[in-house]
Parts: sequence; C-alpha cells; structure tokens
Amino acid sequence: MLPRDLKPEQFRGYPPEARKLVTNYIAALQRLPLSFLPSVLREAIEFDYKFPAERRALERELANLSSLSAEQLQDWLQGFAQIHLSAALENFDWINAPAQFVEQLSSHLWTTHQLDAFRTAAVAYADRLRAAVPPEPPAMPRLGIAVVGQGVASYDEPLFRKLRPHGAYYSRVNPENGLRVLLDAVAARAKAHPAPYAHWYIDGGQPAEHDVTLTSVSYAALEPARAALLGKMRADIDRPGMGPEALRTHLAQLRPADLGLDKGGDEVLDRFRIKMLTEGSGTQVFSTTFAQWTAREALRRAQPLTLLVRFAPRQRQRPMNELLAATAESAELDPVGSLVDADMGAYYNWLNQQRLPGADQASFLAWFEGHSQALTIGPATPRGTTSTSAVDLIQILASLA
Amino acid sequence: MRTGAAMALGSTLIGNPVALAGIPTKKKKVVVITFGGGARDQETFVPEGQENIPNLMRDLIPQSTFFTQVVNRGILGHYVATASLATGVYETINNFASLPPEHPTVFEYFRKDLRRPPTDAWVVAPSNGFNRIGESNNRSYGPGLGASVILPKHLLTAAMSGRTTDYGHLLRDNYESPLFAQDLGGNEFQLQQLEMMLKLSVDDFKSHALTLSSPDELSVYIARRLMRQLAPSLLWITMHDIDIAHAGAYSLYIEGIRRTDRLCAEMWKAIQSEPDYAGNTTLFILPDFGRDSDDDSGGNGFQHHRTGDALSRTTWMMALGPGIREGVVYDRPMQSTDLVPTLGSLLGFSPSLAQGRPIAELL
Repeated sequence: MLPRDLKPEQFRGYPPEARKLVTNYIAALQRLPLSFLPSVLREAIEFDYKFPAERRALERELANLSSLSAEQLQDWLQGFAQIHLSAALENFDWINAPAQFVEQLSSHLWTTHQLDAFRTAAVAYADRLRAAVPPEPPAMPRLGIAVVGQGVASYDEPLFRKLRPHGAYYSRVNPENGLRVLLDAVAARAKAHPAPYAHWYIDGGQPAEHDVTLTSVSYAALEPARAALLGKMRADIDRPGMGPEALRTHLAQLRPADLGLDKGGDEVLDRFRIKMLTEGSGTQVFSTTFAQWTAREALRRAQPLTLLVRFAPRQRQRPMNELLAATAESAELDPVGSLVDADMGAYYNWLNQQRLPGADQASFLAWFEGHSQALTIGPATPRGTTSTSAVDLIQILASLA
Repeated sequence: MRTGAAMALGSTLIGNPVALAGIPTKKKKVVVITFGGGARDQETFVPEGQENIPNLMRDLIPQSTFFTQVVNRGILGHYVATASLATGVYETINNFASLPPEHPTVFEYFRKDLRRPPTDAWVVAPSNGFNRIGESNNRSYGPGLGASVILPKHLLTAAMSGRTTDYGHLLRDNYESPLFAQDLGGNEFQLQQLEMMLKLSVDDFKSHALTLSSPDELSVYIARRLMRQLAPSLLWITMHDIDIAHAGAYSLYIEGIRRTDRLCAEMWKAIQSEPDYAGNTTLFILPDFGRDSDDDSGGNGFQHHRTGDALSRTTWMMALGPGIREGVVYDRPMQSTDLVPTLGSLLGFSPSLAQGRPIAELL
C-alpha cells in the first residue's frame, strides 16, 4: 500500500475529528512519500485528543502541504523521498497504526544507516515549515516557574548553576508563604488571560491548593493509575515472549479507561496524563522525572502561557523490579538527590520554554522552596548578576512583569 | 572542549617520548574498559564538569594518549554498540535480543591467530544480553574460539540461590530497557567455576559483595579477581552504572559518572600492582557513544541517546601503558571501529573482517 492509493474510507477507524481532518486533506496526503506520511498520520489520528495549539499547528501544516505545487513538494520532501524502505514497512498497516510504523521505521533507519539522512531531511523540512508558516505568537509573554527542593533542610552546594549566566541570582529571598504567592500569581494570570490549557500547575508530589482554572497534573493524583500501570507491567513482563519493544508498544496502546483515568471529564487531559506514564522513561518510578517530563511535554504540546512546576522528593534508587513493586507508603525518599534532579529539571524547563514562540519576551523564575535562593530570567533581567538585597517573591515576580 | 580540559593540566601533559622499543619482554596484555552509557562533556570535560572526573583528569589523562573525537556511526544501543566495538564492524543485530555478533570478535581473532587458550580472553559484562558478546556466529570463527564471559550479577544471583534481599543494589538492571533481563545462554561463567577458577568461595564472594555499592563495583571486583588468578592477556570490562540516566534522574547519572571515574582509576592501579600486568599492559578506556545534547529539541538532554545528533555519536578514548605516549591529545576524528584493528596491531593478530583502521598514533 502506497500513499497514492489512499482513499477516505480507509480512515473509518479514526476518531471523528481526525477522520474529518484527513479526509479534507486526502489529496495532499496522497502526494507524500511513505517515509514521511505516517509521521503526519501519527499526529492526525490523535487529533481529537490534542491541545488547541497542537490542533492549529497540524491544520496549518496540512494546509501548507496542500498549497504546494508538485515541484515545490518534491523540493520540500526530496530528502524523505530518498529514504529506502523495506517491503515489510511498505506492507505495514501504517494507516491504522502510524505510531507503530514510525517505531519500525526508526529501527529500520538505524539498521540501514539512514538515520543521519532522515534526520537531515527532517531538520530541513522543519526549518522550511517554520519559515513558511511562522508559529503563532503567545497571547501574553510566557512565564515559567520551577519550585525545587521540597523537603530539603539545608544544602550547601551552589544551585541554579546552569541558569545563572542567563539571569539574576537572588540570595536573600524571604521564603515566607512563597508557594502561595506563586500559585496566586499563576491564578491571576489565568484569570487575566483565560484560555483552555493555557495555565498549568504540575506537581511531582501532593498538589497544593490551587485555583480550579489551572490545568493540573500531579504525581500523587495519578498514584492509583500508576499502581495499576505497574501491575500491568509486572504481569506483562512475566508473559512468555514479551520483550522490551513489545512492552513499549503495549503500553503505548493503553487508554485512560485501562488505568481508571477516564473519570475526569476531560478526555484531552486524561490522554495527556496517561501518556506521561506510558510513554515516559522513568516517570513510572521517579517523581522528579515525572515532573520534568510532564513539563517538557506540556510545553511542547500545549504551549502554555504559564507553567508552574513543583518538584517533590523521589524514592531512592533500587533495582527496577523493586521499584516496580513499591507502594507509595513503602518508598524511602531521597530529598537531596531530588533537589539535584530538580535543579537540572528547572534548566530543562527553561530551555523548553525558550523553544516556543515569543521566547524573547518570556520570563522564568526558579526558587528553592522554603529557602532564600531564587533566580530569574527575563527580557529586562540583567544576565549573570547576583542580588544580595532582601527581597520577597512578590517583588521578584513584579520585576518580571 | 576535551582538548582544553587536557591542556589545562599544564606541564604534566608535556609529551613523554617513550620509545616503543621500551616494552618489556613479558607477554603483552590489553585491558579494555567501555562504558555502556556515555557521559557528556557538560558533565565531564568542561570546567564545571571536571569535578565529576577527578581521577581521569588528575591521574589518567596525564599518563595517556587521549583522542577527543571518537565517532560511532552505528546503532546507538549499548549491546549492539559494544558488539560493534568488539568486532570492528558496525553491527546491526537487535539491541534487545540475546544474539551473538555477526562478525568475528576481537577475542576470536586473538585466540585463533595467536593460538591462545580459552582462559586468555575474558569479558566481564552486565547481565543483560551481553552474555553473547564473547563470540560471533561467523562460520570461520564462532563457537569455541571466543572469550569466556562473566556476568557478575548473574553470578551473584546464582550464589544467593535467588535470595537477593541484601544485594539489590548490586543487581540493578539494564537501564536502556529497564524492565527486562533476557534469558541467559551462551558461554557464560558457571557458578561452580567461582571456586575453581577465581579461587573464591561462595561465602567469601557473598560477604565481599555486601561491601560494594553498585553493579560496576561488582564487575571490577570480579575483573580484579580474574587478573589475579588467571591473568588473561585480553580482558574486556563493560560498565553500565552511568546508564541510570535513562531513568531521568540527573543526580543518579552524576553519581554513576563519579563512580565510573573512580573505578577506572582502580583498574589502572590494579594493572600496575599485579605482577602479571605491571609494565606490559595497555589500558583502553572509552564510552561506547555519547548522550543527547541539551540543544536538540528532539531529545531530552542527558536522559537518552536517541537523536543521533553529533554529541550522541561522538565520544573520546584514552590509552595508557608502555609504549603509549603520555600527555598527548589528538583531535582528529576517528571511528569506534578503529579499536579492534589497533588491538590487532598491538597484540599481533589480524582482524581481517574489521572495518576500522589501526590508530597510527598508538603504534
């Protein structure tokens, strides 16, 4: 089966919005090389469960592909057209299982030493698409906040070392009521610029009380789903013939209802939550990894205007079979190790925020929870500076406004 | 970056014009240490990363010839990449399957060409899939000509008869596919050989294991025991602690780097203190490949090696020992498949099917 043979009725297995989307653009899809098309379908098949920013981006990409002449399309996608595929890939059910196709394609590219060529083609395409269809600017300057170090009484090593060159480091922050101040600031932004999935609060532990308008994901709230997932993983591992790749495929096919995550009344967010557990690496066992990965995916996919991520202590490292079997109650925590994880996680949060449109106007704040150290980055923040003046988080936030 | 780190050591890096003719008459030996799970420059050779590798920086680099651009153009999975290092060919076997390399390994060339007994080539490796690393399925070589493979974690599990409560920290898994330990097969070390070959009772092994803190420490312990009892001429150790990075916990990744740094220095000290090795042994240390860059939005920084970007493909190598010039840094790109032909030239065998080239700077 090749793309040119595509017909609308072949997409009847797609959810309604996705089916409508691909049917509208079937002529454009028929013109795409097989090394490229399933990557588009992988996004399209999830269209009903995507965030608004993702939906708009995909629609704009398809509209752009549709607008290109045959010569232009050939020029845009020539790198992909030169990728040699196997007969097995050509015969794969890439219409109904595009994600699995892409996994197989990845393996094929590595094995046949075509990964570098594919990577070059993908980068060139992304650059051209960005130029032809510039990303939408945010409705307001973005603000990212990372709260690190929960549960750490004292820590003598320098914090925020990777962030310091980009902003101002504060050493005398009044920590009183700090988390409340930050959550209130996030809520105020949500009220000032309400939009679906635009203002997020991610917590690596038990979430603090927060405004209901925030999109919230927390490790503690997902504990039942996580326990159910770990149970399924243990059962899968014991199954004859199961290998790591088969397990990964199986996990990717799990739906919110499989883990009791379908009761929230928000199918988009339910899908997002389950993907954090089934597609992340380490998110199932380490809360710091969960918080960092969830922030990364929220930024990449939902492109929020505001994102507050609070890291919490993760359990200590143990053999994987013990980690998989552990209950929340039995886990011994590693607060200092978690602070180091979170420090790096804060850096990654900032990097990922800066990959979004409007980076030159975006701001970022990292704070050592309960302590006097913080760091800010913003368009007006002097780089690589240190402030030893007494200050509170309200004042710091004001400096970023 | 790595050049700068090495040159910052100043006068200790002034080249030592040791003549190749200075190699003693004892039988030449080679020890290779690979890391399954590379460490990036950010956490190692840049100024702020050097605190994580004090032993490499202060002790080993000044004594070594150091190559800053070792490129791996193959599949960036640990088993298949280690197999590629060991064959000198970019292998394409399934990284997660228990399969032998498709091309002859360095151990087979070594033993067949030089008519060496099985006890003269050993691999100490993590217990996940690496049990087949010792010999290929190549018809001209293959079964019976490869290295003996010790899987210390498997050995410990066997010694404990499955009761591993106190040893969990030494039995941590393959982080790349953290949920699986494949069925073991092939030429693996048998428990009864513990006493016969390593002269180590099960009880002594168990009690010593309790003093160790990680699987790689266990591997080094076994490697040292091998050196003491069997003194193999070709010993290959694959370490794996750093690869905890796949779980996404940065602090654990850094701990792995620091531990690996310490263990490399311990191995070098062991080489210098063992009579069978001192003065006639070349040590090679190299990660199998790197990890993803922070700058590639397709990856997640240190956590994986999936993007195939330059940082994930590029790593370094150091060589130390008699006849190897000290304090010399080479920036020219070389490939990880060059290792086997280099070992062939050093030890005197002919790796006829390897794709790489001998590294002239070491010969």
